[in-house]
Amino acid sequence: MNTSNIELPAWLEIIVLPILNIVMALFFAGLIMLAIGVNPVEAVGIMLKGAFVFKGGLGYTLYYTTNFIFTGLAVAIAFHANLFNIGGEGQAYIGGLGAGLAFLALDSILPGFLLVPIGIMAAALFGAAWAFIPGWLQAYRGSHVVITTIMFNFIASALMVYLLVNVLIKPGQMSPESRYFEDTAWLPQMHEFLGWFGFTVSKTPLNVSFILALLCALLVWVYIWRTRWGYELRTAGFSESAAVYAGIKPKRVIVSAMCISGALAGMVAVNEIMGVHHRLIMNFPAGYGFTGIAVSLMGRNHPVGIIMASLLFGVLYQGGAELAFEIPKITREMVVAIQGLIILFSGALALMLRPWLVRVYLLFKPVKEAVG
Amino acid sequence: MLDNLSAVYAIIDATFRVSTPLILCAMAGLFSERSGIVDISLEGKMLAGAFAAGSVAAVTGSAWLALGVAMLVSIALALVHGFACITHRGNQVVSGLAINILASGLTVVLGIAWFRTGGQTPSLTNSARFMPVELPFAQSLSDVPVFGRFYAEVVSGHSVLVYIALILVGVTWWVVYRTRFGLRLRAVGENPLAVDTAGLSVSRLRYAAVAICGALCGIAGAYLSTSQNASFVREMTAGQGYIALAALIFGKWRPVPAMLACLMFGFLDAVAIRLQGVELPGIGEVPVQLIQALPYILTVVLLAGFIGRAIAPKAVGIPFVKER
Repeated sequence: MNTSNIELPAWLEIIVLPILNIVMALFFAGLIMLAIGVNPVEAVGIMLKGAFVFKGGLGYTLYYTTNFIFTGLAVAIAFHANLFNIGGEGQAYIGGLGAGLAFLALDSILPGFLLVPIGIMAAALFGAAWAFIPGWLQAYRGSHVVITTIMFNFIASALMVYLLVNVLIKPGQMSPESRYFEDTAWLPQMHEFLGWFGFTVSKTPLNVSFILALLCALLVWVYIWRTRWGYELRTAGFSESAAVYAGIKPKRVIVSAMCISGALAGMVAVNEIMGVHHRLIMNFPAGYGFTGIAVSLMGRNHPVGIIMASLLFGVLYQGGAELAFEIPKITREMVVAIQGLIILFSGALALMLRPWLVRVYLLFKPVKEAVG
Repeated sequence: MLDNLSAVYAIIDATFRVSTPLILCAMAGLFSERSGIVDISLEGKMLAGAFAAGSVAAVTGSAWLALGVAMLVSIALALVHGFACITHRGNQVVSGLAINILASGLTVVLGIAWFRTGGQTPSLTNSARFMPVELPFAQSLSDVPVFGRFYAEVVSGHSVLVYIALILVGVTWWVVYRTRFGLRLRAVGENPLAVDTAGLSVSRLRYAAVAICGALCGIAGAYLSTSQNASFVREMTAGQGYIALAALIFGKWRPVPAMLACLMFGFLDAVAIRLQGVELPGIGEVPVQLIQALPYILTVVLLAGFIGRAIAPKAVGIPFVKER
C-alpha cells in the first residue's frame, strides 16, 4: 500500500512522528550502552542529574544550548530556502576571527558598551562573508552548496591554524592562541548579570549570549513567517519556477539566505570567544556547527522546535560529560554517536515509521474519511 | 645531483603511500555516485573500517582477516546508507552525515570500552600488518642506473594494498565502461526511469553500487590502520574521505582522472611536509596550511567553473520513485 498520499492529522505528523524517531535513536543508543556493559537506565539517571541537579549543571546545559540554538537556526534558515548549509563549523570559526580581530585592534581604545556590539557585529559579518562565497557560487556559478561548504570548513580550519600559529599568536608563548582581550570586551556572565537583579546562581560559562540566542530565535521566526523576505525565501525554497513567476529573484534569495545563515553560525563566537574564552583559540567550534544540523532536523526547522532540540542536546552534552566522569567505561564521544543516530532517524529515516503510523491511524478511522 | 634524485624518489614514493586511501575511496565514491547516490560518508565508512581492521588484527593477529572484517563493517554502514536513501528515499546528504558522525563517535566509544587506551587500538606486530613487499628482481635491478633504481626505490617496496588500489582503478574502469553491469550502473545514475522501463530494478542496481562502495572504503580503512600505521588512532582519517570526494569531483566522476587527482592531492601532501620552512626561489616561504588547503580550494575553483566544468551524473541525489 502506498501511504505517502494519505494525510495524517497535524498532531500525529509534527508531534508523534518526530518523538517516535527520537525514541528509535535513543533505543539504539541504549543498545550501544548495553553492548559495552553499561546500564542505560542508570546512565540516563546520571545524565539528567548532571544536566539539571548538580551544582552548576543547569548553567553548563544552557551554555551548550546557546551554541546549538545559533547553529540550529543557521541550518534551518538555509533549509527553508532549500539549501543545505554544512558549513556552520567554518562560519562559526571565521566569526570568531571577526570578533577576535575587532577586539585585538580596538579593545584598548573603546569602552565596553561600544566594544560588545562591535564584536557581535564583527562575528556575524565574518560568518556571513564566509557563507556568502558558497551562496554566490551556487546562485551564479552552479556549484553545489553542500560540497562547497564542506570544502570551506577545511579551508577555514587551515586559514585559522595559519593565522593563529604565525600572525595572531601572543608573542613569546608556545600554544597557538591570541592574547587575552581587555576585560571591557568580555560579555557579562549569567551569574554576574542575575546578580545585578539580586539573584544568586553558581558560576558557570553561561553568559548573556543565551538571551541573544533566544532573541535570534524570535527574529528568525518573524523573518521567516512574518516578513516579505521570509515569504520570498520560503517560496524560492519550495519551487524556484513558482518564485520566478511571482517576481521573486531566486538567486538573490539564495545569497541572502546563506548570508543570514552564516551570520547566525558566526554568533557561536559571541558565546565562545566573547563570553567564555576571552581570546582567540584553536578549534573552538568543536563540532557545534555539525550538531546544528541534528538540532534543526529534530526541531523541524522551526525556532520553537530548535530551542527544544537545543535544550535536549545541551542536556546530552552536559549529561554526557558527567557520565564520562562517573563511569570510566564511557566517554563523551557517546554523545557524538547518539547525535549520529538522531541525524539518521530524525533526518534520513524521518519517514520510515510513517507507513506504520498511517496503518495504526487507519485502524481507528474509516479509510474513506481519511483519504477524502 | 644524486641527493636531489633520491629526494625526488622519496617524494614519489610517499605520494603513492598517502594517495592509496584516497584512490580507494575515490573509486568507492565513483560507484555510488555514478549510480545516483550521493556519498559524503566515505570518511565515516573508512574510519569504521580502520577501527574494525585495527581491532581484529590486534585480537587475532591476522591482517587478511582484519581486511575482511573491515570490508564487512564498511559494507554494513553502506547498506544503512542505502536503506535510508534507496528504500526510504531519505535525504542522501543527511544520511551520509549521520554515518560520518556515528562512526566518529562509535569508534572512540567502542575503542575505549574494549581496549582502554584512550580510543586507540593496541599496536600491531609486523606479522599482523600488511608490510612492504619487495617486487621480483628489485634487488638485482637496483644497480641499473635510472630505471633499475626507480623500480627498486619507488615501484617496489609498498604494501600489497597499494598495488591492489592501483589495480582496482583498472578494474573499476573495466567494470564501469566495459561490462553490462557498468552500463546499467551509469544509466541508473543518469536516467533511472529508462532503466526501470527496460525492466531492471533501480533499487537492486543502486544497492549493488552502494555495497561495492562500502567494500572499497573498508579496504581504505584497513590500509590506514594495518599498513600505513600500526594501530587505529581516533579520527585517523582526518578528512581524507572528503579529499577523496573532492578528487572524484576533480576527476569528473571518471576512474583514471579521479586517480590522477588523488595522486596530485597526495603529492601536495607529501610535498607539504618537506616544504615546511623552506624558502622557494621567487615565491618565498609557502605556508604548509596553504598547501594542505589546496585540494579544497582547487575543487571549489573547479566547481565554480573557472577551470573547466565538472558535471555530475544527472540523477545524483534524487530519490527514484517507481511509478505505480
